[in-house]
Amino acid sequence: MTDRTTIDRTSHLELEQHEKTFLDSNELIINMGPQHPATHGVLRVILKLDGEKVLGTECVIGYLHRGVEKIAEHRTYTMFNPYVDRMDYVAAVSNGLGYCEAVEKLLNLEAPRRAQYIRVILTELNRLASHMLWLGTHALDIGAITPLFYTFRDREEILKIFEKYCGARLTTHAFRIGGCSYETYDGFEREIKKFLDFVTPKIDEYEELLTTNRIWLERTKDVGKISAKECVALGVTGPVLRASGVKWDLRKAQPYAAYADFDFDIPVGENGDTYDRYMVRMQEMRQSLRIIDQAIGKIPDGPIMAKVAKVMKPPIGEIYHSIEAPKGELGYFIVSDGSTQPYRVRVRPPSFVNLQALDMMVRGALVADVIAVIGTLDIVLGEVDR
Amino acid sequence: MIGRLKGQHGSGLRETNTYLGQKYIVADSSLIPELLRVLRDQEQFDYCVDITAVHYPDREKQFELVWILYSFPHNERIRVKASYSETESVPSSVPIWPAANWLEREVFDMFGIRFEGHRDLKRILLPEGWKGHPLRKDYGIIQQDQEWVQINLGIESGQ
Repeated sequence: MTDRTTIDRTSHLELEQHEKTFLDSNELIINMGPQHPATHGVLRVILKLDGEKVLGTECVIGYLHRGVEKIAEHRTYTMFNPYVDRMDYVAAVSNGLGYCEAVEKLLNLEAPRRAQYIRVILTELNRLASHMLWLGTHALDIGAITPLFYTFRDREEILKIFEKYCGARLTTHAFRIGGCSYETYDGFEREIKKFLDFVTPKIDEYEELLTTNRIWLERTKDVGKISAKECVALGVTGPVLRASGVKWDLRKAQPYAAYADFDFDIPVGENGDTYDRYMVRMQEMRQSLRIIDQAIGKIPDGPIMAKVAKVMKPPIGEIYHSIEAPKGELGYFIVSDGSTQPYRVRVRPPSFVNLQALDMMVRGALVADVIAVIGTLDIVLGEVDR
Repeated sequence: MIGRLKGQHGSGLRETNTYLGQKYIVADSSLIPELLRVLRDQEQFDYCVDITAVHYPDREKQFELVWILYSFPHNERIRVKASYSETESVPSSVPIWPAANWLEREVFDMFGIRFEGHRDLKRILLPEGWKGHPLRKDYGIIQQDQEWVQINLGIESGQ
């Protein structure tokens, strides 16, 4: 030990003898990403640092820009449906639900009850899958490796249900405009009930790993704080907004699909820090299970598709419809000119708007907290860049 | 609410209507800065959901700007629309809703509409130095800034 201290001292002295190096300047600009495992995709953050302290950030996005909104103008309403799955690819079912419902509103039709129940079940399963992926990767970023294996193991069961239902695991294209194109498979209800029994204790298991874990608490408590007022001003929605104490969920505020039929709570936090956002999402997973449990028992009989014309020509007009995606408010603004193709489709992505809050949340924090905050915002770059 | 707004601004509100259960206001572009502020301060539309634009090349004023607003206290949505020509700039609503920052940058990126008073108006999704604004109707679907692609990616452009 003595040797090491002496060596340290000499090197320090040597440094002092030098003339000013770039290290003497207080501010340092460093680049995080786009190829960085903790940025969850291709996000580049330019950090302005004073030592370990973050003075400011700038996000550089667009690496995954595919021009989804432009493509929409050149496809028919039906043809554009699979494209929306490629935005938030960890919650593809939610994207599809939002788009289908928006076009249905524009066409002034409603999906049959049976289809709406199937939609709710699949969307909630997808919310669960999305939160599981978030939990695994977010914990991994902070240094807890174990939850990743747990959540990916259990998420697999959800993907298996999707695969059995519609043949795809991620970009599911599960819904069609006017309902669902697939009837539930044999044993659908039984399998989902089995899954509910399987996954309920698993969520307690995740919590056991983290909720009272001292390292986890140190890394998340009071990190990346954002107040309710700031959330509203910055347009932040979803679990981030709720963790700051705003009890607002579109499933309750402006119910869509069959959500009005179910009994569930909106979990809220108090401090708006990373720990509260973790707690909100954990409770949301339980609420999703509650919704699925209610829905699975009473799926109504009947058709799964409304009567929809083969060639869809919505009347001239525009619609904005939004749903509560796992990340926040996902909205579609569609302008119809009366032809078979939308005149304009605008997607209001929750990740894009939420990411705007990053700068405010990390100012004055440490570099390691930037990683925690990116994780806790739960962004998907496919949706940020579209 | 609509009645109150009409009383205050009268002729500036060209159309106030409901379509498929959704309220919208078409306003004179000169009225926009004032109207947005009134909507936030007096009518409590505290959450700016989205700002976007639609390009109508055949119209005299080609761009229709759309502000989608939501009020937490009233659980209500409203759309405000106004038309602008290519040379006109739109007043920035960043001072009213900080959320407008990136949303306006995206509109600038995709349509080339300038926002007056926006401090950091630059491209957001496309790289800086890219030529053209892809969501304009005269921009082709496979069109690219070939020069940029060649210089920066070192590949011949083309599908």
